[in-house]
Amino acid sequence: MSAARKSSAGAASAKGAATERELRGIIDTVLRLAKSIGVEETEVHVDETISALTRFANNGIHQNVAEHTVNVSVRTQVDQRTARATTNRIDEDSLRAAIEASLSLAHSQPKNPLLLPMPGKQRYRRVNRFIKQTAALTPEDRARAVRRACDLAVKKGQTAAGIFSSAQSHSAMGNSRGLFAAYRDTHAVFSITMQEGSAASWAKENAADVSHIDPQRLAERASDKAHRAVDARELAPGRYTVILEPAAVLDLVGFLFYDFAATAVQDKRSCFNERMGKQVFGNNISIVDDVYHPLQLGAPYDGEGSPRQRVLLVDRGVPKNLVYSRASAKVTKKKPTGHGFMLPNEYGEAPMNLVFSGGKSSLEEMIASTERGLLVTRLWYIREVDPYEKIMTGMTRDGLFLVEKGRVTSAARNFRFNQSILEMLRNAEMMGPAVRATGEEAFEMVVPAMKIRDFHFSEVTKF
Amino acid sequence: MPAVRAKFMWDLCTHSLAISKVRGASYADVRVMHLRQRDLTTKNGQVGTLAQSESIGIGIRVLANGAWGFASTDRLTRDGVAACAAQAVSIAKASALAKREDVVMAPENAYVDSWQSPFLKDPFEIPLETQLALLLAADAEMRRVKGVTLTETDMQFRKIDSWFASSIGSRIHQRKVITGCGIVATSFQGDEIQKRSYPNSFGGQHALQGYELVESLDLLEHAPVIAEEAVALHSAAQCPQKTGTLILGGSQLGLQIHESVGHPIELDRVLGQEANFAGTSFLTLDQLNKLRYASDIVNVVADARVDHGQGLGTFAYDDEGVPAQCTDIIKAGQFRGYLSNRETAHLIGLNRSSGTMRTESWNRLPIIRMTNISLLPGTWSFDNLIADTDDGILMETNRSWSIDDRRYQFQFSTEIGWEIKGGKRGRMLKNPSYSGITTEFWNSCDAICKREHWTLWGTPNCGKGQPMQTMGTGHGASPSRFRDVRIGAAFSKQ
Repeated sequence: MSAARKSSAGAASAKGAATERELRGIIDTVLRLAKSIGVEETEVHVDETISALTRFANNGIHQNVAEHTVNVSVRTQVDQRTARATTNRIDEDSLRAAIEASLSLAHSQPKNPLLLPMPGKQRYRRVNRFIKQTAALTPEDRARAVRRACDLAVKKGQTAAGIFSSAQSHSAMGNSRGLFAAYRDTHAVFSITMQEGSAASWAKENAADVSHIDPQRLAERASDKAHRAVDARELAPGRYTVILEPAAVLDLVGFLFYDFAATAVQDKRSCFNERMGKQVFGNNISIVDDVYHPLQLGAPYDGEGSPRQRVLLVDRGVPKNLVYSRASAKVTKKKPTGHGFMLPNEYGEAPMNLVFSGGKSSLEEMIASTERGLLVTRLWYIREVDPYEKIMTGMTRDGLFLVEKGRVTSAARNFRFNQSILEMLRNAEMMGPAVRATGEEAFEMVVPAMKIRDFHFSEVTKF
Repeated sequence: MPAVRAKFMWDLCTHSLAISKVRGASYADVRVMHLRQRDLTTKNGQVGTLAQSESIGIGIRVLANGAWGFASTDRLTRDGVAACAAQAVSIAKASALAKREDVVMAPENAYVDSWQSPFLKDPFEIPLETQLALLLAADAEMRRVKGVTLTETDMQFRKIDSWFASSIGSRIHQRKVITGCGIVATSFQGDEIQKRSYPNSFGGQHALQGYELVESLDLLEHAPVIAEEAVALHSAAQCPQKTGTLILGGSQLGLQIHESVGHPIELDRVLGQEANFAGTSFLTLDQLNKLRYASDIVNVVADARVDHGQGLGTFAYDDEGVPAQCTDIIKAGQFRGYLSNRETAHLIGLNRSSGTMRTESWNRLPIIRMTNISLLPGTWSFDNLIADTDDGILMETNRSWSIDDRRYQFQFSTEIGWEIKGGKRGRMLKNPSYSGITTEFWNSCDAICKREHWTLWGTPNCGKGQPMQTMGTGHGASPSRFRDVRIGAAFSKQ
């Protein structure tokens, strides 16, 4: 048998993205093949990604890549047993082999009495997150933008490094009970680090619509901050008032997302275990999970095919609700919220579209109101030290500035922090409007800049 | 899954190279890769994940107009790979619009070879029922211990075939079989969560081995031990905050090597190519052969050869067609070498790559990665090391890890610690952590245990590159002692 595709399986177009009809064709083929060998229940996910990324460093492009992938993932369910097999070959022989592999895995295990039948047809709210201009971005478009950013670096005596990427994703899922869902979106990212001597700073944005990203504006911002970051002073570790830019907030609070999973609470590994309904955060903290928020991306359905719901997670500092997969909802007599992962898995679910309520203060107002503190551009290498108190460690990076008497007075050497997120969100004194933030540790969410008192820095590094 | 025919793969490679040349590439290399994976997990006595996957495709890297382009596709037809090759050349020409200087590659010989990693038992041939039965039995052993609130086990198997061809004439087929396995017991009590893992965190031990790795671990014997330790940690004393003597167990030291030696020696980081994401390195080019990296008993190598062991960084050829090598990194405490590729070798005065280009999959560009970065064994027996330590703390099994973006300042915490007093192991300590500056830490090493205590640990989750690539790396280490280390800062309040 050849590894080549056969058109009989409803193959994606030879060039460019598959249509929803073509993705549905693959799903229908799998369902037909599974039915023909007597599989009780079958679920199919088809995911296509077309992406490209231009990478630059030392003021020039050094890596430039593109990919086109299609994955078909088949879950069969027989006699209270289930398993998954995934392939990127979409000829009928390979799809049949994936079905058989899934069946073989499923048969090898004991029955799971908690396994639910697959869901039937669902209704989904429509979202429009596919922007043709993003999908059409060319290597030359990216190279020209990179060239302008690098020219700025050269002009300023600095060194630029970063990425400019664009992607389109097409997904569909269906099952033997008539469920069908499809989603497509586009995604662009520009990220830049400007280095001046041993100092550096950074700026990054991402959006469904590439026209919402201005690479040159980001390059100018990073350039200006890198220049202000030279001659960093070494300060003593200790507790400081900090003004965290949105990327820094995101990369810390992003570590909370698994804690809102009902399965994590059932497993007693969530920091909200025995804390639901209590005043855990300050009363200025409210968090929802909302895939439909205009600044969010993501499909309106989860890995099980359940429609995603907007869920109020934290109301004025009090954790009110968790998110539920179908299984965790059944165990706790709740309704699924549309946050389940593809089955089988051991983590259940998680909110993937956190939105903080935020405030009205500008970054400038936060700085002006600070007698002595630190302005933090971004954080780096964040890891969990204590899962229940949610103590995280990590470093500041690419621009730490001392604020004195309401103004930025100098750059500061980078600190290591050991800080409880729970305590941090009790100590938020001011917040900016929530924005779509992007960092490197957490996926994108809608969070504000925050002014936090008594943030704990334990050690200082050499730069 | 349907068969994958080698001849067909070689035909695709040859065709891709030809099209690349016609389109204007001055150099090209291609990788057809077929990756198969099986994942099994249990949680609290139930099967968790049970999944199998395969992925096959081609990645084409070309040099045109002095700049790089890379494209990949899973359309494995002559038309599909021809379009992919043309796209790679087109991207390279776009790169040239913003290139700094032309790429120069170190010379390398052409190789025609086929290699398979050694294994005794193909994990894909072991019945699933046998594999699940072992995990469920280990899970049950842990759940028998009162106070355990969560039990988890896992096995992961991978089989990777790659067909590499380059325009200098290389044709290399490699097959790697990788196995990973581990168990975890977690206990929630009062206001804390404690856990213990065996034989390591990160899903246990991972190596370029077959199912014999799983059988060597003796999960059922260790399951109740770690479960009891997880519960006992709640009543253990808090690790003190002080500056003192630290003994690291082998797996934790493996991660210490990874973060504070392995990453800083990556020449792409040193040259600023990772400045936007993974960071740079304090090991600037002027430090080579001059920096006193460590105390004189410390010897570290980057060794991808199978003679070094069957680690996650073991292969016959890297993904640029360069044979596996052993490179001195730290010799008698002196900094001696970097990890390089064909593009960067000349910048450190070498006329040949050190053979460290690796790719996660067919749709990713090979980049400089760690191979097996190992601390060579010392002379101490573990018992003598403990007996020789008057006042110290032994820390085992990583819990958290973090280091700055130039690799100076680090902090690690471990799952468990033990007080060492008067040459004897004493009471258990919870929440242990230590921190420091890389070169100060390595210069404080005064004892390394000998070969019988040495293990080639696997780190399966090393992230680097944009788009992100996850790579497995190997780290040989034996328990070692460090003096005047800052201990306990992770839980300090001031």
